[in-house]
Amino acid sequence: MSGCGAPEQSAALPAGVDPGREIVLTGKVLADGQPVGGAFVRLLDASGEFTAEVVSSPEGDFRFFAAPGSWTVRALHRSGRGETAVNAEGPGLHTLEVAVA
Amino acid sequence: MSRENVLVSAEWAEKNLDTPGVVFVEVDEDTTAYDGGHIPGAVRIDWRTELQDPVRRDFVDRAGFEKLLSAKGIANDDTVVLYGGNNNWFAAYAYWYFRLYGHQNVKLLDGGRKKWELDGRPLTRDVVEREATTYQAKEQDASIRAFRDEVVEAIGAKNLVDVRSPDEFSGKLLAPAHLPQEQAQRAGHIPTAINVPWSKAANEDGTFKSDDELRAIYGDAGLDGSRPTIAYCRIGERSSHTWFVLHELLGHEDVKNYDGSWTEYGSLVGVPIEVGAGKES
Repeated sequence: MSGCGAPEQSAALPAGVDPGREIVLTGKVLADGQPVGGAFVRLLDASGEFTAEVVSSPEGDFRFFAAPGSWTVRALHRSGRGETAVNAEGPGLHTLEVAVA
Repeated sequence: MSRENVLVSAEWAEKNLDTPGVVFVEVDEDTTAYDGGHIPGAVRIDWRTELQDPVRRDFVDRAGFEKLLSAKGIANDDTVVLYGGNNNWFAAYAYWYFRLYGHQNVKLLDGGRKKWELDGRPLTRDVVEREATTYQAKEQDASIRAFRDEVVEAIGAKNLVDVRSPDEFSGKLLAPAHLPQEQAQRAGHIPTAINVPWSKAANEDGTFKSDDELRAIYGDAGLDGSRPTIAYCRIGERSSHTWFVLHELLGHEDVKNYDGSWTEYGSLVGVPIEVGAGKES
């Protein structure tokens, strides 16, 4: 499940991004505990509406910039699908894991 | 317009990889995706460096487009099949761009890279070389491209379709949620615009929804089919996806893409802006 606001950087943020000001949802897609690259990771808002989509890096990493609120991160891959919910109230780095099966 | 004329399935594409006169072209938001593996035989167009003027904010001109397509080995009578990542955003943008310069035989690969990858179809890193051509473009087709003055005049008069996410529409965010948010312009949307996020038109595997589903989505959102329509987003790529749906799949006759989109409109001095969810939602 989701951690919240820990200042750990599992994947480097792009230059110019200040996690003290923005809500950053970041994490890994995993299958059997191993990172899954090439998964289609989408961010859905509280009503289930599509907001954005990225492809996970070879290390399974993904990242979104969000507004305050409740979000669902859903991953789709040839090996399966999975999702994780997060409640992001304020600026900071929110670290998630999404297991696909 | 029927969808057979403008869309090909992944299955059709795989069977026609070696068909003479069919050229596959990858156009991605992430322009490095091609290097990691592309459809066999496909050439790449970099939307940022090859379709945009390097100095002014505008497209490459007619001569520039001719030079680009000639160098890519694309001929006037080739059938161009465009595909890309992120649910074909930039492939749809390129599709609209090819139409703008008058290329007739252009199609989108339904579902783009995503469907292709989910299906487990072949990708290769082989270098693709095509013999250069002498491509001849037409003058830009002004009937499918909207500029800012026309957009301001369209307030309350034409359908304005804002295809960004609800948080961008309401003004909470200035860019899609996978991009950094640091930008200088105002947030919100053009007054009287309806908000139909581009994603409503796509299935989760990136393919387009059926014509019946699409008609219901835009009808329910209040799009008046008897009036002209202008679609916009942030920089004109997601709205190309919606332009494709309305003009190419549903056959609405007067549909323009406003490629200046919110990065232009939200920086104009003195134009009206609405914030919040808008009257339609």
